[in-house]
Formats: sequence, structure tokens, C-alpha cells
Amino acid sequence: MLKLSMRQMKENQRGVIAAVRAGGELGKRIRDMGLVPGTEIKIQGRAPLYDPVAIRLMGFTLTLRNNEADYIDVTVED
Amino acid sequence: MSTTIALAGNPNSGKTTLFNALTGARQHVGNYPGVTVERKEGSYVENGQTFKLIDLPGMYSLTAYSLEEVVARDFLVQERPAAIVNIIDASNLERNLYLTVQFMELGVPVCIALNMIDAAQKRGIEINGAKLSELMGVPVVPTVARSGQGKSELMQATGQLIMAGKKMPPLVISYGEDVDLALQEMEQEIVTGFSNCAYPPRWLALKILENDEQILDFCQKENPELYNRLEAIKARLARHISSTLDTCPEAVIADHRYGYIKAILKQGVISHNQDQDRLFISDRIDQVVTNRFAGPLIMLAVIMGLYHFTFTYSELPVAWLEGLFGWLSGVAEAGLPDGLLKSLIIAGVIDGAGGVLGFAPIIMFMFFGIAILEDSGYLARVAFMLDRVFRSFGLHGASVMPFIVSGGIAGGCAVPGVMATRTLKSPRERLATLLTAPFMNCGAKLPVFALLVGAFFAQNEARVMLIITLIAWCGALLSAKLLRSTVIRGESTPFVMELPPYRLPTFRGLLIHTWERTWQYVKKAGTIILAISILLWALMTFPGLPETRQEAFEQQRETVTAAAAEDMEEQLLRIDAQEAEAALRHSIAGQIGTAMESVTSLAGFDWRTNIALVGGFAAKEVVVSTLGTAYSLGEVDPEETGSLAATLAKDPNWNPVVAFALIVFTIFYAPCFVTVVCIAREAGSWKWGAFSIVFNTAIAFGLAVLVYQIGSRGIFGA
Repeated sequence: MLKLSMRQMKENQRGVIAAVRAGGELGKRIRDMGLVPGTEIKIQGRAPLYDPVAIRLMGFTLTLRNNEADYIDVTVED
Repeated sequence: MSTTIALAGNPNSGKTTLFNALTGARQHVGNYPGVTVERKEGSYVENGQTFKLIDLPGMYSLTAYSLEEVVARDFLVQERPAAIVNIIDASNLERNLYLTVQFMELGVPVCIALNMIDAAQKRGIEINGAKLSELMGVPVVPTVARSGQGKSELMQATGQLIMAGKKMPPLVISYGEDVDLALQEMEQEIVTGFSNCAYPPRWLALKILENDEQILDFCQKENPELYNRLEAIKARLARHISSTLDTCPEAVIADHRYGYIKAILKQGVISHNQDQDRLFISDRIDQVVTNRFAGPLIMLAVIMGLYHFTFTYSELPVAWLEGLFGWLSGVAEAGLPDGLLKSLIIAGVIDGAGGVLGFAPIIMFMFFGIAILEDSGYLARVAFMLDRVFRSFGLHGASVMPFIVSGGIAGGCAVPGVMATRTLKSPRERLATLLTAPFMNCGAKLPVFALLVGAFFAQNEARVMLIITLIAWCGALLSAKLLRSTVIRGESTPFVMELPPYRLPTFRGLLIHTWERTWQYVKKAGTIILAISILLWALMTFPGLPETRQEAFEQQRETVTAAAAEDMEEQLLRIDAQEAEAALRHSIAGQIGTAMESVTSLAGFDWRTNIALVGGFAAKEVVVSTLGTAYSLGEVDPEETGSLAATLAKDPNWNPVVAFALIVFTIFYAPCFVTVVCIAREAGSWKWGAFSIVFNTAIAFGLAVLVYQIGSRGIFGA
């Protein structure tokens, strides 16, 4: 098990949310969408300029910018 | 007496489709007081009972940050609908229930519409609605909004819920010992300190812990003393949670809410009989459509397609309208005696109304095209692919559409462009887009460029036109950056956005959407535009030449007629044109233009150019016809500028540098007043309309002076 920030994840890599370290509006938006500790996610892909990132969770696709993904820690299999 | 029901749910849950299916044509769009958020209302009759339905803006939770969320929540709390019909995307149960739970915590009766149940089944998701209803304690009705399936069952269930009249006690979820204790303490404070408060006490306490700014402001205003006590409890809890769990109360609350939902779903509510990771059609489409190489190419094609659709297909109805108003002018021309009234009716009223309605087909096609892109889900992909570029300038990926429609591909129109910013949900990015989109080269600026390029840069026509387009884009993006770091400063709005599965838009939805918006434009913007167009007419007409000068022209005419030379007609026309020039110079606009000469000479503009630019505020192509009048050429058709181009090319006041300074000025200066009216309406304040006039003209003048000063030194100084 390895903990890293969501930005560092590769395409198609899976993981489980460990922590969301953002507060305020960004924190709320992230949590509203179901990105809370324990949620399984998969990196679906990145935009042509490698930012934003598209992730898959709970059966839908979500996009966020890399600098927003920085606030999200994910545990992944080694 | 009808009962009010709110339709609420996540974006992309099919809420508006259900609203359309329920109300059909019996709907009305307005605005919430003082804000630009749309308020959609309709009625539905079931078993002789009439329901008033309100389509609330889509939202993911009840903690209000955006204007839409504030409006939706205020409605629920203050107008207390008899029930909420909560539309849920059945393929997305877990996340959608996050909002449902919050409705229940507020204590408003809820009826769940399990929408797009057919699509969920196709994805191998089976939902036990009865079980969900039992566990949540609310009615659950499966629906397919697109076909109207289940809509009458839904309304029956809602009707019964209201008839039963059962008081729905607010749902109480445990948020873990620490939070629960704090909530209890706060609740007691609120019950004693806030005797008649519209919000349920526990809910209010919860929102304070969630740092809901609107609620915090409310408490601080109503009872500052209580507010301080509540804040103290919150601070204590926050410290405790931070030291024991290394997180914040908001996070703990969200975790438990999702935990509550997960616990319900685990009890046999949902079963997957297919691999959850299977790639669905939508994902396969995305593999191509957002692909690093194919994606941008497809996007370019789609954008060009939208542009073509908006401006080519609207040509025919625009031509019909032009024909109609041309005919009306003709009738007025023939039927009315010469004089001010005739001039007012033709140049003020008929041209003004024609100007208003002339935009309507373009707006209609634009909204139709963009609604297809939006409802199908493609617009979200465009925002996703372009966000990196536009974010650098403080904008949003979705800013591209307003830019393109406004003339990012030369020849658009800023009026529909400004309106296209409605697809942008981030307020600061939207405002910046709204204010900079008019820099793009709309179709009305093109005749001005064509005239000047034709007269002074005939050898490099294509290259200069390309440069003009590039200048517009650079200028728009850089001034967006400037605005976002000054007047509209602030963090960029989070991009956290759903990429909804691709869906075929419903034709009915597209038509309703297009019609409502176009009608709103005609009704709301139209009246103001007509008034301003009459004002502009007055500016260019009054005070009229003094009698002695009119007589002088009259005498010249008589002399010519008496001489009866061969070229009499021609001479008479020349006198008419000279009189028009004199009258224009004498008008208020002309006097402004002349008075400004000392300033504008810095950019190489004389009084004639100044008047033309004042006229351009009505519509940019008027610059050309006004220049024609100012050079005594009579009426110049913007499409036929050969004689004017020749006049300018020979005039000693003109040279390529002046022409280029004027081109730059035309790109950037105040948008035409139709656009200004639309900016004010979209931004929700006349302040921004006025700002766009001043800001744009200042930039335009600065750049034009720069071009002229450097240019004339470069060419003539060396």
C-alpha cells in the first residue's frame, strides 16, 4: 500500500481516497461529488494538455484540475 | 388554490426534461428577484388538483456557494414548498442521495423520482425501489422523463404525500460522537436564543459547522451574541477534530452522510449484474472524442459546425426580416410627409425594431446549437479539453463558445456571444468572458475592415485580415487576464465538474429552451434597444441646420435648377450630400466629434472619423455609412464602398498608419449598444454595461494612439 497525491497517479491506475485536505468551496465541491475517504476511484484519462484529469468513481466521471487533485491523497496498490 | 412543489436534483439528472414532460407548454420563465438565475415555473393537473411546479437550479448539495445554490436553498427555506420532487439519476444513486438526505434533514416532505431507470437497467444496475422507499421513509417512483413514463404515478405519490399532511420531522443522522455532542449543545443555544427562526435548529447548527457563509452572516446579523457562542462551540470542535482525526468538521460531516447512504444501499437496495468497470458506449466515445490527437481536431470541426449553423442557417430568416422592415420603411417613405416625424419613424422606430428583431434568428440558432452541445454532454468535454489554455487567462474551458460566437471566427456577433455565456457556471470566469467576448471581430466590424484594408492594404488583404483576427484574440485573452487580476480578482472557481454520459437531446427540450430564451431577448432587451436606437437617431439629427444655412443650400439648388445644365441631377445630388454633411457636423454627435478632435488627433482621427465612431455605437457597420455622409458622398452602402475607399486613399489626412490605428480602435472600442444592453442583462447590473463602454474605449484609444504614434514616426520620421 502506498499513499500519494492524486496528481501523481497514472492513467487507469486505481486507488482509494485516503484524505481530502481542502477546505472552503473547493473542499465542499470535492466532497459533494463523493470524494470522501474510502471511495474507490480510477484515473480515466487526462485532457490533451495533461490537465485537467478525469476520474471514475461510483459509476460516473468527474474532472478536476491538477492543482485541485493535489489536495486529495489516495492509497494505491504497489 | 394550488399547491407548490419544487423539482430539485443534481445537474444532469434529467430534471428539466421531467419538468417539460410534466408541464408541457404550461410554463413560464422569469428571474429570481435581483439575480440572473432563471426561475422556471409551470403547472400540472392530476385528478383535478392543480400543482404549481418550480424547477430549481441543479445542485449537488444544500451548502450554498454559487448563486444557483443560494437561490434554490432560499426558495426551499423561505417559500416552504408542500413537497420536493427529488429527481435522481438511477445510474448514480449514491451521489444523488447525498442531496436527498440533506432535503430530509431540512424536514421538507420528499418524493423520489428514480429517473432514467431504463438506462440504469441497461448498465446492469437493478434498484429495489420498494426497499429504498422503506429504508429512507419516502415514496420512490421509477420514471423515464424522456418518454414521460411514470410521471403520473410520481405526481399521484406526491399528491398523496401532501394530502396525508404528515409533518415530516427533520431526519437526524449521527455524525459521530464529537459532532453530535456539539450539535446538541448548539441546538439548545439556538432554541433558546432564536425563538422564531425559519430554519430547523439542528439544521442551522449543522450548516454553521459546515461553514455555510450565508447562514453565518444570517446568524451574525440576527443575534451576534448567540453567534459568538455558536462560533466558540464550533472552534472547540474544530480544534478537537483537528488534533484527534487530523481533519475538519465539514469533512467529518460529509463522511458520515455518505456513510449513512452507503449503509442504506448495502441492505439490498442496489445490485450490479454486470462488471462495474465495463466501458459503456459513452466511455468508448470519449476514448476517441477526448483523445489527445483526435479530440482537438473533432472539437475544431464541431466548433466550426456550430458557427456555420448559427450564422449560415439564420441568414434566410434574417433576410426575410430585413425584407419586411425594408418594405415597412418603403411604406412610411411613400406615405408620410417629409420632415422630422418621417425621419423618426424610419430611422428611429422602424430601423430600431428591425435591429432588435434582426438579431432574433441568430440568437435562436445559437441557443439551439449550443443546447444540442450542452444537452448531449459534449460541451462539458470542450470545457475539459480547453480548460488548461483558458485558465491561464483567468477564464474557463467553456469560455470558448462565447468567444467563437462573438466572432472568434471573424464574422460572428457579440449579442448571441454574450448570451452564450449562460452555459458558464463559474461567476468570475463568466463575467470576464462576458466583458471580453465583444473584442472579437463580429460581422458588423468586417465592412469597416474591408473598407480600410481595401483602401490602404490592398496588396496584403489576406495577411492583414489574419493579423486583425489575431489582434482580437490576443487582446481579448490579455484583457481577460487584466480584469481577473484587477476588478474581477479572485480565486478561480473549482473545476470539479461531472462529465455526464452522452445522451441524445430531446427535441421538445431543445425547442422550449430556444424559444424561451429568444422570447426573453425580444421582450426584455428589445424594449431598451428600441429606446436607445431612438436616442441615437436624435443625437445624429438634432439640432438640425439653422435656417440661414438651409436657405443657402436651397438657393444653390435653385441656381442649379434654373441653369438646367446637362448634369443637373448630379449637381443636385452633390448639393444634397453637402447638406447632409453639414447637418451631420452640426448635430449633437457631430459637435461631440468636433470637440473631441483635439484628443483623438493623438490617434490620427479627425472629426469625420469621430462622428463615424459615435454612429458605430448603434452598430459597427454604421461607421462606414456615416463616414460616407461625412465625406459628402451621400448614403454609402456598407457592401459597396468603392467610392469611399477611393476618397480616403486620396485624402491627405489618411495614410496606412491612420487606417491601421482606426482598425485597432474598431476592434476594441465600446461594443454596440445592443451588446451593452445584453451585457448589462447577463451580468445583472447596468454597472457592467457602463464599464464595458468605458473600459473598452480606453483600451482601444490607448492602442490606437500607440499604433499611430509609433507608426507615423517609423514611416515619416526616419
